[in-house]
Amino acid sequence: MPTPRVKIPGTAAKGEVFEIKATIDHDMESGQRKNKEGKPIPRKIINKFVCTYAGKEVFSSDWHGAISANPYISFFLTATESGPIELKWVDDDGSVYSAGGSITVA
Amino acid sequence: MKTTVSRRTVLAGIGAGAAATLAPRLALADKAAADDYLGKLTGGVAPKEGKVKLKLPQIAENGNTVQFTVVVDNPMTAENYVKAIHVVAEGNPSPGVASFHFTPTGKPEITMRMRLGKTQDVRAVAVLSDGSVWQGSQEVKVTIGGCGG
Repeated sequence: MPTPRVKIPGTAAKGEVFEIKATIDHDMESGQRKNKEGKPIPRKIINKFVCTYAGKEVFSSDWHGAISANPYISFFLTATESGPIELKWVDDDGSVYSAGGSITVA
Repeated sequence: MKTTVSRRTVLAGIGAGAAATLAPRLALADKAAADDYLGKLTGGVAPKEGKVKLKLPQIAENGNTVQFTVVVDNPMTAENYVKAIHVVAEGNPSPGVASFHFTPTGKPEITMRMRLGKTQDVRAVAVLSDGSVWQGSQEVKVTIGGCGG
């Protein structure tokens, strides 16, 4: 089971732009590699990443085979209200991995 | 005056000619595949040069993890914001790297790490809320390719 690690600031001033950093351990098998017998290794990657903030989807991303193993992402949100921030990774096999935190906006 | 043309010179000339005719076609095929891919994502709107800045190493020793940052010179207000950024690697077996979908929040900047199979141009395209499409690109020289064998 891949383990996500996320960095979300615990507090922010209203209107402040803050960064979210997230990484998850995953091989991101691209489908381009071959095994010892010369047969292609089937693709198995995380193909979607979604961020919700206070229940609303605010950012998402579609990933392809060119994304490196143990994908790392950094992006920015504006602090509008206190609430939970949830991150979700969707695997080719249908598994969903999630992590998150919450931010207090003063 | 005596002119001598050695066999080696002739062969080198043929080789150079063949390489010259082949090379642009290969490069075009890669670029065409990327254009085609991006066209589908942007609804065929012709991208204008500008606004999009790519931050990448000029030389990537390991093509397995090449960090890239895309920054778009545009606000993130409800009236005027970056809706999407699409990143393509023109020289990879398949051009798509990632697409990012934004709402009017934060700033239009993302960082990730990608695989690059060989030396090539990496291109990022931004779709704005007014429907305009902007692009920027940068060449990355790759020492060891990262697409497996």
